[in-house]
Parts: sequence; structure tokens; C-alpha cells
Amino acid sequence: MKVSFPHMGYSYLAFKWMVEHTGHECIVPPEPSKRTLDLGVRHSPEFACIPFKMLMGTYLEVAEMGAEMIITSGSNGPCRAGLYWVMHQYLLEELGQPVKIVALEPPLCDMRDFIGKLRLIRKTGGISTKQLIWVLQVTWEKVKAIDEIERHSHEIRPYEIGKGDTTRAFWQALEMIDAANSINEVRLAYREALKVLDAVPQDNSRNPLKVGIIGEIYVVLEPSANHYMQIMLGEMGVQTDRSIYLSGYTKKTTIYDLEGDLYTVAQPYLNEAPIGGHGANSIAETVLYSRHGYDGVVQLAPFSCIPEIVAKSILPTVSRDHDIPVLTLFIDEQTGKAGVQTRLEAFVDLMERRREVKQKQSTIARRLVI
Amino acid sequence: MSKIGIPRTLAYFLYYPLWKTFLDELGEEVIVSPPTSREILDQGVKDAVNDACIPIKVYHGHAAWLRDKVDFIFSPRLVSVRLFGDFGTETFCPKFLGLPDMVRLTVDKLPPLIDTRVGIKKDPKEIFNIAADIGDVLGKSAADCKKACRKGLEVHKKYQKLLSSGVLPPDAIAQLFPNEPETNNKVRREEHQRQRLVRKPNREEAGLNIAVVGYPYAIYDDYINGGILGLLSKENVQVFTQDMLSDKVLNRQAKHLLKSTFWYFSNRAVYGGLHYMKQKRIDGIIHVTAFACGPDSVVDRLLEIEAHRHSSKPYLSITIDEHTGEAGIRTRVEAFIDMLNYRRDKI
Repeated sequence: MKVSFPHMGYSYLAFKWMVEHTGHECIVPPEPSKRTLDLGVRHSPEFACIPFKMLMGTYLEVAEMGAEMIITSGSNGPCRAGLYWVMHQYLLEELGQPVKIVALEPPLCDMRDFIGKLRLIRKTGGISTKQLIWVLQVTWEKVKAIDEIERHSHEIRPYEIGKGDTTRAFWQALEMIDAANSINEVRLAYREALKVLDAVPQDNSRNPLKVGIIGEIYVVLEPSANHYMQIMLGEMGVQTDRSIYLSGYTKKTTIYDLEGDLYTVAQPYLNEAPIGGHGANSIAETVLYSRHGYDGVVQLAPFSCIPEIVAKSILPTVSRDHDIPVLTLFIDEQTGKAGVQTRLEAFVDLMERRREVKQKQSTIARRLVI
Repeated sequence: MSKIGIPRTLAYFLYYPLWKTFLDELGEEVIVSPPTSREILDQGVKDAVNDACIPIKVYHGHAAWLRDKVDFIFSPRLVSVRLFGDFGTETFCPKFLGLPDMVRLTVDKLPPLIDTRVGIKKDPKEIFNIAADIGDVLGKSAADCKKACRKGLEVHKKYQKLLSSGVLPPDAIAQLFPNEPETNNKVRREEHQRQRLVRKPNREEAGLNIAVVGYPYAIYDDYINGGILGLLSKENVQVFTQDMLSDKVLNRQAKHLLKSTFWYFSNRAVYGGLHYMKQKRIDGIIHVTAFACGPDSVVDRLLEIEAHRHSSKPYLSITIDEHTGEAGIRTRVEAFIDMLNYRRDKI
């Protein structure tokens, strides 16, 4: 069968490998473009959020390319993303596209459904259970490696001497992961890839601003949805860290798991969790970023995203209490790159000024002590 | 005795009799904010986060109206009211889940909120513990709370019976509590004299029968929806809403969908819509939705596709926001009615 899947950041490399090794032909989803969005907007409900529209566009594009099955994820709410595969299936049927969407619901909710769908994928591809498990293991290893490389690239980008060097090295690194075909090969490629990134000429005398990026998972993960914000900020000389990675394999490096339960951190502000999506996480992560000495937080969310609207209305209080500036950007199909850039530049100016003022105050304080 | 304020929006339309009886039995004074007006809406728009939908903004406005008049604002956190949905995950819109916190942190100088968490999907009897928790805030004994809660549930049952006999919620509330304090009731009574709303479903073929589905706070709040129910009744239309159907009738529709939605109010609206689509005597369906309502982006298209696939019933979707005016709604409703009449003549 010709199988495709949603495009979400750089993870498509891992999923491409997965589909190819389950005995299917892979239709690699193209990176969401203007055309993807236009197609999606034309056929989606008006108030669906941008992830829905982008996926709709992607599905229509892969359907054009001949895809027969799309593997995606479900969810148990209360964020509406869990219903999106249902809507996509309805809309594709309305448009006369013979595509079947196979949505993997969280296995803990309904094990039988999950296993049944995995079996469907396995049977149609004609591989054994053992092979499938191996394929899933390698895919997981790849997802972790890709996330880790991406995280590292955002760390070193503000130090790069030649603009764009990191991004070039990053793509080189991704190609190395892409070429790997077993767990050991992936691990080896990962080590090599880190070396490639570290070889980027860097100016270590800089002291870049540190910004945390929080918000809704799709617009945070998919660079073409957020106008390559992390790269944009990196090239402005800002170090970014984001709270969400697909693998969640971030124990050592990002704030996840450093402070125990996120929901406990959010509790003084939001006495109910989860509220769907990453609403409660956004609040907790702002608190944590502040505790870790970050200079600011950017909240990214699609227009009309319910959990993030709840978070947005609470964030001003968090921002005041924890003395950390928060920039909220709601993204929809009308958002332009220049608009995002202007706001980010202004935000960076604001953070620089705050840093200067703080330094001045601390030197004055030190002098007074002496 | 403390004064407890209840905002006249959102869950008010389904649960007010329960709340009111419960608090009355405990010996508290209940103050309900007046029906939504320009001032309340403007205040809400000013206080609430700009991306919120109009019902949430209106809620902020009602809370602000109540702030210097009461000791507590009754704003329970509705999480679940029954075990339902594909994995038993039915809950309320995320904005409901975060509502007490949103209001508390954005409206200035609010009295304390009674934001007890209502999550009774595991065991419906939990409601007595919730009642005790609320009583705890007010300094009442657990036994009193249990008694009051029982009384409240009785009245709630009566209320649901009234609704399923075809009475619209504002009228049903007026019937149940005829002696409400003048301040609260006067405005409403005037409102009612102005537009006599529909009572009994009419089975005759004389006028049109239109099903109006949507969230209770969108279809029964005459201010934010431009008085759509009044407009319809003036045109001699019999209105049917999903709240006139029992849970049993509604839930029968669940099997027609790939996956039920995650939200209580949305499920009711979808099933109500699906039910009325299959009813012969219904001429058309109107879905009232709020601008940028998250759940409705799913509900609206779902109903539209289903109406298109499984019935020949015309479907109208009306989006309301803070700029909605009566004239705009009237034009669309009249055009819809004309179209229905034309269809009927042709057939």
C-alpha cells in the first residue's frame, strides 16, 4: 500500500524509514508550503486551528501523490485534536478522495483498538510481529536522535560566526541519521552528527539571551507553521529552548522532569489539569523557565486554540509574579513572516534592555556593599 | 447568611434550579446577575482575554457585575457529569475547566469564588461530597448539605421534566421560582412580555417547525444571539432544541458517529441535531455557534455534512460574536424561513 503520515518537524525522516520497512511504499509528505495551507484552508471549517488546516492540505497533497492510507494519532481529549482524524476522514470522503486514515489512539485507553490498528498496518505490509517491533524500536531511536540533534543545533546557533552555518551542518547531520538502518547505526550516526554540529565555527565570547518556547505542540514542532521561529531567533543571537519534543526524551537537557510534576507547578494558577493540549504545561513551564534564569518566554499557539487561550489569560499573572516577560503569538493563515519577525525583534530588544538594567542594578548594589 | 452570586450564563441555563434550591436550603441568599446587556458584555470584553469566545467574555462581565454585591461567586469547575464517550472521557470544553482560574486572575477585586471541582463520572453519588465541600466553605454541616443537595436534585428532576415537555429554560426557571426577588425578576418578566416564547411543540402542519441546536448559553441568551428564538416565534415557527430531548433519545445517536466528541454540551448539540434531522416534522435546522468556538469547529461541519448526507433538510449556521446585531440575525433568519416556506409549497 502507499502510506503517508502528517508532517511534523523533522520527524518525517524517522517515519519515512518506518513506513518503508513495514513493507509499504512511503509517500513522503512535502513540507507544508503556501499551497498546502491554501488547500487546507479551502476545505477546512473556518474556525479549525492551523494544525487542522495544514494537515488537511498535507493529506490532500499526499492523496494527489497516490497515498491510500494515512497513519496519524488520535487522543482522548479534551483538546479537539483528538477528533481531527474523524473530521479529516469525513472531509476526504466529501472530496471523493479514497484515502483511509488509521489513527492510533493512546494504547492505555483502548489496547484492543491500538493492537488491531497495528496489525492492520503489519498485515497489509506483510511483515511479522517480530519485524514490526524491531522497526518500531529503530524508529523510536531515530526520533530521539533527530530531536536531540535539533535541540543541540538551537543551542549552538547563537554562537555561530558565519550566518547559516549551523543550519547547513544540521541538515548534514539529519542526512547521516537518515542513512542509518539499525539501532547501532543510528547511535553511531548520532555521535558523528553531534561532531558535525560541534565543528561549526563558534564565537564563545558571546552571552546570548535565553528564551523558552512554549505552547501548542504542532505549531511549536513544525517550523513551517511558526515561520522557522527558532532559526530566526537563533540567527538574531538568541539561544532557544523549547519545552516540547516529539520524543519527550529530554530528561537531561530541557526542563521536563527536572522539577517533578509539571501540574503541581501550575497548580497555584490553574487548579485543574490536564485541560487538554499543553495548556497547563504552558503555565508550569513559564514558572520553570523563570526559575532557570531565562530572559523570556514565547508562547506559540494556533488561533482559536482552546487550552492556550486559557493559558494566555492566566500567563500575565504568572509573568508578573515570576518577573519574566511573555510574548504570546497566535498563528493563523493570515500571519506573515515579517509580522512575526518584527514582534520578535521588539521582544529581543525588550529582553536586552531588561538585562542591562538588571546588571546595572547589581553593580550599583555591589558598590554599595563595598 | 452570606450572599452568593450566580452569573446568568454558561451552565446557568441547565443547572440553576439545582444550585438555587441547594443554596436556598442552606439558608444562603442567592443573587443572580441580570440578563446579559450591553454593559455586561462591554465589561466582559474589557476584562477577558481577547481570543476567548463571546460566552466566556460574557461570563467575565457577569462576574464583574456581581463583584461588589455578593460575598461569594458561585462558579463550580465543571469537569464531568456522567461516564460517557469513547473511553469514558467526556468532559467539558477546556475553557470550562480553566474558567474559575481565568475569572479569578483577570477580573479585579472579585470576592472569593466557590470553585469546587464537579467530577462525578466515577460515581454519581460523589455529588453529595461536592455538596459537603461547598457547605464547608459556607460553614454548614455535612448532614445539612446532604439534605439540601437531595432537595436540589428533586427540583432538578422537575426542571428536566419541564424542559422535556417543551418549555424553554428561562420559562421553566420562572415557573419553578415564581417569587424571586424583584430585582432579579423584573427585567426578565419585561423581557418575557416583550417576546412570548414558544411553549408546547406543535404537531400540526400550520407553521414551520425548526430545530435550533447549539449550546444552552448561546441559544437561550437573548442578548448575545440577537433574540433568535423570539424572532422565530414571531414568524409563527415552532422551535425545538436539544434540551427538549431526554438523554436516552439523544444517546441513541451516538452510534452513527466514528467517535463521539469529548465535550458534554457538544455531544448534546450533535445528537440533538442528528435526531431532528431524522424527524419528518422538522423543516430545517439552525445551529447557533460562537465566533472562534473551538468545539464548534468540529460540531458545525459534522452537522453540515450529516445534514447533507442523510437528509434533505436545510441547514443554517449562525455565528455570533460581540458585534452581532439583531438586524443581521433577523435578515438571515427571515431568508431561511422564506426558503423553507418556498420548499414546502413546491413539495
